[in-house]
Amino acid sequence: MTPSVPIPSSAAARTILYREALNEALREEMLRDPSVFLRGEGIAERGGSYKVTVGLLSEFGPRRVIDTPISEASFVGAGVGAAIAGMRPVVEILFVDFALLAMDQICNQAAKFKFMTGGKGRVTLVIRTQGGAGNGLAAQHSQSLEALFYHIPGLKVAVPSDPFDAKGLLKAAIRLDDPVIFLEHKSLYMTSGEVPVGEYVLELGEGRIRREGRHATVIAWSNMVARCLAAADRLAGQGIEVEVVDPRTLVPLDLDLILRSVKKTEHVVIVQEAVRRGGVASDIAARIQAEAFDYLDAPIEIVAGLDTPIPFNLNLEKACVPQEDEVIRAVKRAVYAT
Amino acid sequence: MLSRYPSEFLACLYRTLYTIRRFETHCIQLYRDGLIRGYFHPYLGEEAIATGACAALRPTDFITSTHRGHGHCIARGAELRPMVAELLGRATGYCRGLGGSMHIADVGAGNLGANGIVGGGVPIGVGAGLASKLRGDDRVTVIFLSDGAVNNGVFCESLNLAATWSLPVIFFVENNQYAVSTPIEQATREPELYRRGAAFGVFAEQVDGNDVLAVYERVQTACEACRQRSGPVLLEAKTYRHGGHHVNDPGAYMPKDRLDYYRSIDPVERGRRTLREAGMPEDEILRLEAEADEAMQDAVEYAKASPEMTTAEFLAIVEAY
Repeated sequence: MTPSVPIPSSAAARTILYREALNEALREEMLRDPSVFLRGEGIAERGGSYKVTVGLLSEFGPRRVIDTPISEASFVGAGVGAAIAGMRPVVEILFVDFALLAMDQICNQAAKFKFMTGGKGRVTLVIRTQGGAGNGLAAQHSQSLEALFYHIPGLKVAVPSDPFDAKGLLKAAIRLDDPVIFLEHKSLYMTSGEVPVGEYVLELGEGRIRREGRHATVIAWSNMVARCLAAADRLAGQGIEVEVVDPRTLVPLDLDLILRSVKKTEHVVIVQEAVRRGGVASDIAARIQAEAFDYLDAPIEIVAGLDTPIPFNLNLEKACVPQEDEVIRAVKRAVYAT
Repeated sequence: MLSRYPSEFLACLYRTLYTIRRFETHCIQLYRDGLIRGYFHPYLGEEAIATGACAALRPTDFITSTHRGHGHCIARGAELRPMVAELLGRATGYCRGLGGSMHIADVGAGNLGANGIVGGGVPIGVGAGLASKLRGDDRVTVIFLSDGAVNNGVFCESLNLAATWSLPVIFFVENNQYAVSTPIEQATREPELYRRGAAFGVFAEQVDGNDVLAVYERVQTACEACRQRSGPVLLEAKTYRHGGHHVNDPGAYMPKDRLDYYRSIDPVERGRRTLREAGMPEDEILRLEAEADEAMQDAVEYAKASPEMTTAEFLAIVEAY
């Protein structure tokens, strides 16, 4: 699907931040391909609200890195048009909540152009944005909206959970000939992880086992992965070995990897930060029970956000999104260890 | 004034005007015969706009179009066979029968697509202009839009973006005076739509949308401005539909005297008269028309004989989604 560059196995790695990994991906792809350019609110001089585009204006100049007016529908649409005309724009939407202002261009234009033209048109566009709760940003700046994009055929959806995936997936997304919704998480920008020194590109649709285990499969993405890994550590102390599966992209979804793990552990917990109703977790659960019903030893547990707008109050915000303890309780229910 | 144009050029314009007219009348009949399904928004009465505008473009330039897009496709050089085939939903159509009337695109030929969403193509055209600016080429993009689209937010956003970034883009408002059935006077206090350009620092002017040469000249000038990095430009062409919003809309809300007036300045008839006045003999015009009729007939037969995509072929495409 994506031209994949092998990951240098023995290459030296260093520890960098999620936002630095994204910055490296943008920089490398801009050096590699002159048709890559960036548009977004406050991305140039300011370097982006989360510092992802720091230094790119001075390196690549004001033609390729430019601030846009607050006109989401049109600057996203301009990305669609530039892509159709042969460029590879990376458009940043400050918060995924603001993507709602551009949904015609995303869902009716970008997602459908290739299809509507009988496969002849290409929308080589990446829309980078960030979502999730975490800092008391309240109802219009904290949502997890991956299900909206997951629902629309024609869009790819990436949900990287650490610096390694963030870099490798962003590079893959930029090189892909289809529109990609690249969903970062505001709580991840300042987290760190090992990233190889040399170049690598990941494959969209290839999930990753983040921790091996034999008693239960926990499926999580984005900011929920670290929370599930922490829960898995605590559960290991109680004799429950959890396998943590990070699909890394929701579209395409690495169902094979998920099913292999499910068939091994026979107990499943799916964890999503987004609200429960109409979420991706529900769909993954449906697909698992359709494909691996005979292997399941317990009902699939879903741990999800409450069906509510995110409150401003920090304690209440915390109550709305899955916490480590809830994951632990769900795993125990799934393996009948309560 | 007419002597400025060689009769070959005028004949070219007339062939396009006439072809669009015949395309629409033929296809409306196919629609009434049940061979074309879905929505069909005829370009009848507006032929001079697409024809004049596209005649001013170079092969490398871009256009974006609207739901009423057949005229733009033809004027931009689309082939009739795959066009009719697309309207009939056949596998030999421009979009293999997956797009239909509202989604014909031919990126290679500079047509970035019709659009089912009013205003949907406007930011896309801005993006094409942005691509030209970034590449440093001298392509111009003409964004065809309607008086309906100017009251959608993306028009203001896009005009502002194109102005702020000095993009080589022509916003061409085809003011046919109705958004579906709502008259422009009921949709805005300022129905002289070109006046909106001033608010964005964009040069704007109005043109008679039923006069193909006037349209050609304005777009020619606007193109020069764009190629000299003085874009964008906003043009407004006043025109009128010859019928309702789509084939099944009788347009009962359109006052008869107004319709009669605009029919009296029919752009296709005017193009023909211009050609006669430039000295082309009647029999040559008749021959030109006969050739266009034949090409249209050929396209219809081709489309009718074309296969549809099989469900199995379609499911293979769906796999990728």
